[in-house]
Amino acid sequence: MTVVLGFIAAMIAAGLWWLSRQGIFEKPWLETGESPRAPGPAAAPSGVGLGTFLVVVGGLFALMGSALVMRMGPGDWMALRLPGLAWGALAPLALASAALEIAARAERRGEARLRGAALGLGALATAAFLAAQLSVWRDLAATGPLAERLGASFFLLIGGLHALHLAGGLVALARAALRPAGARLCALYWHALGALWLVMLALLGGAAAGIAAFCRAVLT
Amino acid sequence: MVVAAVLVLVVLGSIGFHLFSPWWWTPIASNWGYIDTTLVITFWITGFVFAAVVLFMAWCVWRYRHRPGRRADWTPENRRLELWLTGATALGVAAMLAPGLWVWASFVTVPEEADEVEVVAQQWFWSYRYPGEDGRLGRADATWISADNPLGVSPHDRFGADDVIVDGGDMHLPLDRPVKVLLRSIDVLHNFYVPEFRAKMDMVPGSVTYFWLTPTREGEFEVLCAELCGTGHGFMRGYVLVETETQFNAWLGEQLTFAQTQQDAPVRFAGPTGGTP
Amino acid sequence: MVNIDEGAHAPPPAEVEDLPPPHATGWWSRWVFSQDAKYIAIQYAGTALAIGFVALVLSWLIRMQLGFPGVFDFISAEAYYQFITMHGMIMVVYLLTAVFLGGFGNYLIPLMVGARDMVFPFVNMLSFWVYLLAVLVLAASFFVPGGPTGAGWTLYPPQAILSGTPGGTSWGILLMLVSLILFIIGFTMGGLNYAVTVLQARTRGMTLMRMPLTVWGIFTATVMALLAFPALFVACVMMLFDRLLGTSFFMPTLVEMGEQLSYGGGSPIVFQHLFWFFGHPEVYIVALPAFGIVSDLIAVHARKAIFGYRMMVWAIVIIGALSFIVWAHHMYVSGMHPWFGFFFATTTLIIAVPTAIKVYNWVLTLWRGDIHLSLPMLFALGFVVTFVNGGLTGLFLGNVVVDVPLSDTMFVVAHFHMVMGVAPILVIYGAIYHWFPLASGRMLNETMGRIHFWVTFLGAYLIFFPMHYVGLTGVPRRYPDISASFVPDSVMTLNAFISAMALIVGAAQVLFLFNLFWSALRGERAQPNPWRAASLEWQTPDMPPHHGNWGAALPVVHRWAYDYGVPGAGADYLAQTDPSRRHGEDIA
Ligand code: HEM
Ligand SMILES: [Cu+2]
Ligand SMILES: [Cu+2]
Repeated sequence: MTVVLGFIAAMIAAGLWWLSRQGIFEKPWLETGESPRAPGPAAAPSGVGLGTFLVVVGGLFALMGSALVMRMGPGDWMALRLPGLAWGALAPLALASAALEIAARAERRGEARLRGAALGLGALATAAFLAAQLSVWRDLAATGPLAERLGASFFLLIGGLHALHLAGGLVALARAALRPAGARLCALYWHALGALWLVMLALLGGAAAGIAAFCRAVLT
Repeated sequence: MVVAAVLVLVVLGSIGFHLFSPWWWTPIASNWGYIDTTLVITFWITGFVFAAVVLFMAWCVWRYRHRPGRRADWTPENRRLELWLTGATALGVAAMLAPGLWVWASFVTVPEEADEVEVVAQQWFWSYRYPGEDGRLGRADATWISADNPLGVSPHDRFGADDVIVDGGDMHLPLDRPVKVLLRSIDVLHNFYVPEFRAKMDMVPGSVTYFWLTPTREGEFEVLCAELCGTGHGFMRGYVLVETETQFNAWLGEQLTFAQTQQDAPVRFAGPTGGTP
Repeated sequence: MVNIDEGAHAPPPAEVEDLPPPHATGWWSRWVFSQDAKYIAIQYAGTALAIGFVALVLSWLIRMQLGFPGVFDFISAEAYYQFITMHGMIMVVYLLTAVFLGGFGNYLIPLMVGARDMVFPFVNMLSFWVYLLAVLVLAASFFVPGGPTGAGWTLYPPQAILSGTPGGTSWGILLMLVSLILFIIGFTMGGLNYAVTVLQARTRGMTLMRMPLTVWGIFTATVMALLAFPALFVACVMMLFDRLLGTSFFMPTLVEMGEQLSYGGGSPIVFQHLFWFFGHPEVYIVALPAFGIVSDLIAVHARKAIFGYRMMVWAIVIIGALSFIVWAHHMYVSGMHPWFGFFFATTTLIIAVPTAIKVYNWVLTLWRGDIHLSLPMLFALGFVVTFVNGGLTGLFLGNVVVDVPLSDTMFVVAHFHMVMGVAPILVIYGAIYHWFPLASGRMLNETMGRIHFWVTFLGAYLIFFPMHYVGLTGVPRRYPDISASFVPDSVMTLNAFISAMALIVGAAQVLFLFNLFWSALRGERAQPNPWRAASLEWQTPDMPPHHGNWGAALPVVHRWAYDYGVPGAGADYLAQTDPSRRHGEDIA
């Protein structure tokens, strides 16, 4: 559970830090009046909502990372031989992120045409990424039964859930395309999912073996 | 006041039940009396806290009940009191934790001289394996399981040949000798549980778990499974017989070794003790 | 302390824009597909109580089998395991979690922080419908071939997906996993709302430290749930993979009934870690809202400021944080590395300290109070008794070596029923008696309420207190019949007594349901703010509050929620919206 504990510890630390600045050491019964504390800058609920959701998603992937590290015995682990395409798929994913970033900036400057084009490019690149992932899964599944192939199983699991999150994102993207606002949130979501996938791929590609070995060393 | 009286009755009734009811643990038959002691310490401390909190509450309910014109005091906080209570609670907790961890340390430290015995669980019965003359258990794994080899003892391990196999019978243990009970399951989770021994541990397919104890009382004790393992879980029972060392050795001598059970099996054993002609 | 009363200053800008909530246009969008948190709350709570009633009936059947083994033929071992599994899962997840967060969270958060509604009303509505779907999928498993799963609410593999367990290789386990996955998706939608509403939609003057403890409890529990439920989600998805795609995440090489299965290399322990990483915080996800609500019930009905508000808030936050590093106390006898025992026993017992502080503060709020023994107060007192009892037996089970003999016995069953069954349920009842007038404009019938309280409180105590001793004699849990065994016959007498009590307590719940419907239609009309409570939800212009809660303008908050019995103030309470400039220690 090292991975998820690290994640939760970071979240709790951030939460406590934030709370400590909210006057939780003051005595509320001594204060009357409209607002003893200056209100913070009013952030849009949707931004805070997305941020919170990304924390949940981060936790989800941290948990799968933990399961991967825990599940890896010293013997039965041979680094999953990832097909080259798994790495190649990173290119359209990065492209999608970049396109959405452009769309978000265009939205702020009010350039509707650029924004539309960039959103379209982002969606296309995402579709390309999903297609590449699909083909990797078919390769992995075709190699034989999954029973003894831990790496392939985890690639299917983590990649599958990641793809579902992106697919959900595409729905939001379509909605944003029809409206004047929302590109910033889409971009944020794509950056976060891209970063998550990078970390997961590193774990699947061998980093997890290192962490697992370290944990065993600590225990013995 | 009815409410206050009932709260007092709840405390008195609980204490009375604890002291006078016939229901208490089964007499112990192992060296884990320390566990019982820790449990009794915990009973005293928690019982005191329970009585104190509920009785104080009962008193408050009676003393500060609403009467016309009554107004509550204004005490939003009392640092002093809160710190005292926190400190006292921490002390009480430490008084339970310290003996607990100390006993746990001995629970997980198996003495050097302990004999090994293996318990193998499967849906829904128990089997046992004793190390035989060489004093060592041979390796075993679910992959070697077959009709002739129900416990999956490795035919290639020379330490395994003289292992005594008790497939589906009772377990026997010699009195007053520390024993490390190795636990193995070949299908799902089970848990080897003998109430009189106090110790228990899950059996996890794919790995070997253990605990240790010294039986201290002769007799026949019931073995139960304490981890849900399917429909037959509630009926997964057996017996363990604690007897003198002579009785135990006599019984062990009558049992078949792994090699003997494999007379007809087409496997050749490695090593000096194995080897069927 | 800065006294902001002195010195005139311009009122600070509102922290949120006052946007009208989406308007309901037709009958359907008003009553069925409502986006108003108050309706969603009632839909959530109604669904949860309905499925909870199924779990209650199952508990009778379980108790009949345990008290009178062999008498009821239709309860086979299979059926018994199916009953306890569904009973446990429904109670913990589909009833308690849903009522506290989906029910009370939806109803009280916007009203208590002074918002017009949740921040994402559409997502909030979806949350309920996904939850309903999850409940329906779960209920469907009673009707599929093979019946519901009998794997225990912990769903431990490998048995959960093998043929030796009811529903293991048929529909039961699949529906259970799918239903849980749906529940978590639905909850996440709701949870985002509860958290962000507290963060972003508080009205002017509502600082965090002026929020009632109810909001603190629900908010912290929501944040915890958002971090903990993914663990269950992952565990369920992985188990579905194992069951349907033949992966071996949790499945080692194994021989089932003499047959080698094709699984290999997996670890059942990984599942346990994931499950309890959710499962322990889950205990507090249920407990923290109960803590918060009961604090408010005690303060209002003892007409006294909650004692040690700041400590109460800190304790909630600390308990929430610590509860993520104690999960393995459910795995002391799972064969994990013995060193973990030292660590987890220590963290577990440390949590006892902030929890104890909360108990002291409840009792100290009663001390020198002006105690009205109204129904909500009675339930709050019942909560303190059962919670203290169950919390203290938790110290047995948390102290690793004491847990060894007690784990997986009826002692555990008694403990968790007392602490997370009876105690939170008493709070739910207390809360319903307290807020029913707000939601319906009528009071619940007092006589029926008193009968309900006494039978439930004393009856439940008589069920679960003796049950500890059944466990102490060594009776394992999840045993449909222990009569032919090492336990003395007297234990069976006690079991029969417990079963009889269970029927009586169950009957009282039927009375409560009747009271609920009867009073909703016929009950005495409630005065506005019948309990003379200070917190914001009672200060709406109409009772029950209308769509948008606050009429023309959002309320402005001038003080914390606990100004009861303020010295020098005329009335015995000052509402949060009261602009008068008194405060306690000026005058004292
Ligand atoms: C009158 C009310 C209730 C009665 C009489 C009752 C009785 C029982 C009994 C007899 C068992 C099975 C014991 C065994 O053989 O292992 C059980 C299991 C359980 N109950 Fe209750 N119960 C009640 C309410 C609740 C509530 C409110 C909760 C919510 C926390 C709850 C949660 C559970 C859980 C989690 C299990 C474990 C299921 C399993 O072993 O997988 N119960 N209950
Ligand atoms: Cu079992
Ligand atoms: Cu726990």
